[in-house]
Formats: sequence, structure tokens, C-alpha cells
Amino acid sequence: MENVHHFHEFDAIVVGGGGAGLMAALYASRSVRTAVISKLYPTRSHTGTAQGGIGAALGNLEADKPEWHAFDTIKGGDYLSDQNAADVLAKEAVEAVVELEWMGLPFDRNADGTIAQRRFGGHTNNETKKPVRRACHSADRTGHMILQTLYQNCIKEGVKFFDEFQVIDLVFNGDKPCGVEAVSLDTGQVHVFHAKAITFASGGWGRVWSVTSNAHSLTGDGPAIVWRHGLPLQDMEFFQFHPTGLYPLGVLITEGVRGEGGVLINDRGERFMERYAPTIKDLASRDVVSRAIYLEVQEKRGVNGREYVHLDVRPSTVNRYLAEAGEDRRIDEQYILEKLPDILDFCHTYAGVDPVKEAIPVAPTAHYAMGGIPTNVNAEVLRDGKGTTVPGLYAAGEVACVSVHGANRLGTNSLTDLIVFGRKAGIQMAEYCQQADFIPLPHDPGRSAVVALEQLRKSSGKTKPHTIRRRMQQEMMAKVGVFREEKMMQEALDLVRELKEQFQNDLAIDDQGYRFNTDLMEAWELGCLLDVAEVTAASALHRKESRGAHSRDDHPDRDDEKYLAHTVAYPRNGTVEIKYDRPVDLSLGYEPKERVY
Amino acid sequence: MEVKLRIRRFNPEKDQKPWWGEYTLKDVEKTNSILELLHRVKWEQDGTLTLRRSCAHGVCGSDAMRINGVNRLACKVLIQTLNADRTIQVEPILGLKVVKDLVVDFEPFFEHYRSVMPYFVAATSTPTDGRERKQSPEDRARFDDTTKCILCACCTTSCPSFWASGEYVGPAAIVAAHRFIFDSRDGAAADRLNIMAEPGGVWRCRTIFNCTPACPRDIEVTRAIGEVKLAIQRGVR
Repeated sequence: MENVHHFHEFDAIVVGGGGAGLMAALYASRSVRTAVISKLYPTRSHTGTAQGGIGAALGNLEADKPEWHAFDTIKGGDYLSDQNAADVLAKEAVEAVVELEWMGLPFDRNADGTIAQRRFGGHTNNETKKPVRRACHSADRTGHMILQTLYQNCIKEGVKFFDEFQVIDLVFNGDKPCGVEAVSLDTGQVHVFHAKAITFASGGWGRVWSVTSNAHSLTGDGPAIVWRHGLPLQDMEFFQFHPTGLYPLGVLITEGVRGEGGVLINDRGERFMERYAPTIKDLASRDVVSRAIYLEVQEKRGVNGREYVHLDVRPSTVNRYLAEAGEDRRIDEQYILEKLPDILDFCHTYAGVDPVKEAIPVAPTAHYAMGGIPTNVNAEVLRDGKGTTVPGLYAAGEVACVSVHGANRLGTNSLTDLIVFGRKAGIQMAEYCQQADFIPLPHDPGRSAVVALEQLRKSSGKTKPHTIRRRMQQEMMAKVGVFREEKMMQEALDLVRELKEQFQNDLAIDDQGYRFNTDLMEAWELGCLLDVAEVTAASALHRKESRGAHSRDDHPDRDDEKYLAHTVAYPRNGTVEIKYDRPVDLSLGYEPKERVY
Repeated sequence: MEVKLRIRRFNPEKDQKPWWGEYTLKDVEKTNSILELLHRVKWEQDGTLTLRRSCAHGVCGSDAMRINGVNRLACKVLIQTLNADRTIQVEPILGLKVVKDLVVDFEPFFEHYRSVMPYFVAATSTPTDGRERKQSPEDRARFDDTTKCILCACCTTSCPSFWASGEYVGPAAIVAAHRFIFDSRDGAAADRLNIMAEPGGVWRCRTIFNCTPACPRDIEVTRAIGEVKLAIQRGVR
């Protein structure tokens, strides 16, 4: 058996090289020795696929203020958002976006040279209730620009990277985290990184579901690792299905298409969102729109009797509805080409559709984890619902549940979250490292990771990882998706547990080598997906109400008496224990109201 | 439909030299991408097949490979765009050392990228009002094309000048330099142009034009290189 020969020491370690991780690394590296460990080259991270914009109340084109952004976030989150966290997000968003511009980010510009902004779902002028232009954008590749800009600044500042190193475990001494273990994909060898502070910024887990906008790499490694060390996961039932995934692949079609005036149309040619959200129609929040599409399909109003509807952004259609709404603005073909070039490319490549001339076929796609590793507003990881922190451990970005997004995230707030809370994590790590000593590594660190990995490598069962993964994905899509009910969720949970057994006892691995063994690492990732799927299904089963992205046929109403609290799932004796022991922060004083758009 | 794939294989732990693996897939849809077919080979037939991929829709830049002799992103090539009656050939991109199967060593590529100061150096001091620097839409448009680069290496590894000498920074690094040289807010154009004028720089380009059609983001790479050459001779703009 291989021994661990590779040891590294840094004050601060960041796991993940997307927006939150790079932001944390930029800030931490200003004062302490910092390294980023990423299983991908950082520029491959999923932040780069974010399209439409980053939300910040700059007010460059019309009146806007952070207080409105905070309220929209809370309302969008169906009142499960912590109001103190939404407040931090909205207030710090403005300086965070300006800071990105200072770092060189090439935002689109208004005629006066300021950052251009567009409309996005759920972002409103709180007085008129009308959509407000809050999404700061760079064509339809805002995430790409953020990722590139942050990576470029990391190069400028000399941040240390371990690219294509896959973190497979946290190292604890007693109950104190003191490092991570990672596999160098190139050599297959395990490296131990001793550190004072660690930030998980490893992203989401859309690959739990069969139709997703998420990269293959989004397998829930972060939450699975902390879960296996006895730490809780929060609000895992709240997973966002984005309404406009390109049918049938699920590639994301930005809400910016609707922000620019695009409308959803059913088989009868109706703009059906007028029925579901009379005031802001197609720009209602994502959970509302996804459910509307699902219901249209269920009522046999899907296009051609299939499971999709049309997203129509043809200038003639857009201009007709703009005129109907009494707006002066009109768009033409050139405008679409300039504002949505990547969308045109995706539609052309994957659906053979030219959105300037034809409507785009769309259906909901698994998109974003509102839940995750619980943290406070300083990105410190929490051990329980009472708010006890785990010293030296941080989480930021999609992997974390602050909770800003509550039961449903507003479009553009994911990028805002990365920048605001990635920065918090970096600042907190730096402060912590300057006053804390290294906790000694335990005896023989990395040994357990090597043993577990060797066991997996030597798997000699009959079931390929793909078979297990596909069954899990299809089951979760069908039964823990846009609409849910007791019996189906129980079936999904039972199957996931059965698949976990199969994964343990009957897995087949073809590649038993060391160099760049993606067969092995995909199997390891499948183990993470199964853990995350189990916690998701168990959390969903327990919450007997409908709120935001968690919508139950058998409990169609929101129940604030019982469930105005975060779902905290604890690992107990190999199973999942659910408590509602972290009440929602209501410190801004917004009382839960019925959500009408 | 049935599709045959011929894939260049090499596992340094087992193989003395590279070999061709042949795989037949049934029930292929014409809208399947090459990436989906490679996944089917890996997941259904031979788990040792090794490739990089992530986003699967042409944005992350992980899965550049040579498909029927042309550099493409595997996730952006659908079967319907190829002649599927003939065996589809898939190889690693050229000019970078093969690590395993379709995976190549990207370090030299990123080293060249890092060498051109691929980061913003502000020309003016930070605004004291706490707001963004202003830039006109026209100035922003000047370098829009080169902001699209995803560092997939399709251009650099299709370039005969790069194949001839790995010292050449290559098209992708020049695209990165261009993005900043022509940004009106940036103040380090002269430094980058000096780097571009070095022996490993822009003059190694013989205007062969392979890079432009190779780009999955439709960047006019050869034009960008030409603009950098001009800027060295005549100054920016």
C-alpha cells in the first residue's frame, strides 16, 4: 500500500477555485500564506457559466437601493432567508461590484460610461412593484468575466495554486480541523495539507439530478466531506430548478432573456405567466415560473404535447408585449446579437434553433443549491442550530448556507453571494490565522484517506458507477424535483439507501492505476452524490409544507407556525436526524407575507 | 444509429507507445455530442478511457481534442455535424505532452498565459468616490472579442509555429495580452508590447490562420494577433 509522502504547510487553504474560492484566496493571501486546491484548473470552474448578471443596487439607470435588494431577496427566498444575511448581501453587493470593476472586470457600459444593468426575475422597485434594472452584466457571460478577472488577479498577486488536486477529506485532531487531504490527479498520490484555517468553496451538486445545468464536476464533495465528520447540513431540500433549461439537455438559458423582454408561451400561444404572476409575469421568481411550466405541461399545454414550453425573444414578439405594457423601449435583431451572443450559440449548437427567428424550447433544469454547509454571516461553519462555530473552518459560495437565499434564490444573487461571502471568508481566515497557532496533525495523517481510496480502487463487484449514478439521478428527478409528495419521496430515499449499499458492496472499477485515474475519482464523487441525495430526500420528506423550491402536492401551503426555521440535518448512527433548531433571523422586521408577484 | 469511434489511447503506466482503440456504440442520437459518446465508451465499455470535461456546453474549456483531425471542444460537436457513416477519430490536441489518453499536460500552456501579464494594471488611481471607473461603450467594444477566451488551447495547439517551437507563447496568450493592451482603463500596454516583441512573442506568428477557425468561441484570433503586431510597430490604436 502507498504511504503518504507529500506534506505541505499553509496558514490558509481554500478548497475550490471558483468565484468564492478565488475571492477568499485574494483576501487571505494579502496577509497570510494561502493556497487554493482545485480539482479543476480554476478557469474551468462553474462560476464561468453564469450568464445574465450580478445583482447590486447601483442605481445606474433608475432609482434603486440596497434595502429593496434585501427585501426582494427575502421575499424571493419565501421568508426562509436570514434577514441579517440578506442585509449584508445587499449592502456589500454595491462595493463588491465596484471592486470587481476596479480589478478590471469588463462590464458592459451605459452611454455615460457607468456599469450597464438589466432586469432579472424578482428584482423590483419596492414602491412601484415594477421590475428594476439591478443585474450588472457583461453580455451574457458575466460569470466568465468574474472568474477570469479573479483568476487574473490571483496571478497578479502570486496566489499559490494546486490545480487538479482533488480534496477527499478534512484532517481533524480531535474535533479541531487542521488540514485537508488531496489526491494529485496527475500522480494519484495523496498529499496532506496542514493548515490553520480552511475554506470550503467547492460549489454545488446539481449532478444529483438527471436534467441539470450543472457541470459534471458538481458532485457535492464539500458537504459530503463535512457530513462524514459529523457536521450538519442545512436546508438541503431547497434545490432550485431553473425554469429555462434548453430542452432536452438542460443547458441554462439565462433569465436575462426574459430580462430583455422574452416571454414564455404555451402550446396555445398564450403568455401563461400572466395567469400565475399578474404583476411581473415572466419575471416572477424562479420557483414560481418552474412550477407554472410544470403545471402547463401537466394540463397538456406543453408545446406539441411534449414536456416543454417556448421562450420567445423574437424582436416582433418582444416589441408587441413592450407596446402592450406601454413601454417606449423597442429591440431589434442586432440588439439580441449583442446582448445574448452565447445564448444564440447554445440554441444553435444544441437545439438547432435561431432565437432571433424561432422560439426556444425550454423546461425546468436542476440548477442551484440554496442549502449546504451552515455558516454565519462571517462565513464561519456552524456545528449546530445554536450557532456554535467550528474554529478555523469556513464555507462560502454555493456550498454554504448562510442563509441568504432561503427557500429560493433570486437570479444574479449567486454571483453576488460568491463575491460578498468569498471576501468575508478570506478576511476571516486572515484574522484567524494571525492569532491562532497550528493545531498539530494527528498521528499518521492521510492514512485513512489512502486506505479508503485503495479499497475503492480495488472494487471488484459487478455494478459500474454509471449504473448507480443514473438510477439515482432519474429517481431524484422524478420524485424529489419540482413537485413532491410523501410516498414518492420515501421511495426515492429508500432507493438511494439501496444504491448506497450497492456502491459499498458491488462496485466495479475498471481502472486500477494511479495516473489520472478519472474512473476512480468519478466513483469517489458518486459516493458524495449518494450521501448528498440521501440528506436531500430525508430533509424534503420531513418538511411538511410548501415553501419556495420545496413544493408538495400533499402539503400545498406554507406553514409559518411550524416551519419558519432552517432544516438542520445531523448524521446520527448512519442515518439522518432532522431538527428545526435554527430559527430564521427576522431582524430586518419583514414579517412573512403571502408571496404574490 | 450506430457509430464507430477510433480513439487514440496511451496509458504511461502500461503502454510502451500509443495505440488506437476502436469502439462501436448503438442507439446514438444525431443530437448526441462527441463528449456524450466518449462518456458512453467510458461508462459502458471501458472505464479506463481518460479525458477532461466539466461544463459540457462549451464554456469551461476542458475538453479540447482533435476530432477528425480538427481541434474542437468535444461537447460542442454534435454527431449530426459529422459524417457518421465513417469512423469518427478522436485524438489529444497536438504540441503538449500526453499525460494519458486524451489528457495533455497544460502547464506549458498556462505558463505562456502567465508570461504576458494577463491582468489589469490600472492606468489611473482608484476613484475616490467609491464608484466604478467610467468607460465608453465604444472603448469597451474595442477589446470585446478577446474577453471571450476560455483558455481551452484549441488555437495554440492548432498552430504550426507552436508545434515547431514550444517557446512561442502561442495564440491564446496573445489573445490574453490583446484583451488588456486595448482596454482604455489599462496602463501597462507598453510592458505587454515589449513582451510580445520578444523572440517567443508575436513575430513567431506566420499568419497561417489555423487559430481562427479552431476557436470554439468565434474569436477572430488571427486578427487580434495582427492588431498586436501593428501596435508594436505603430503604438496602440
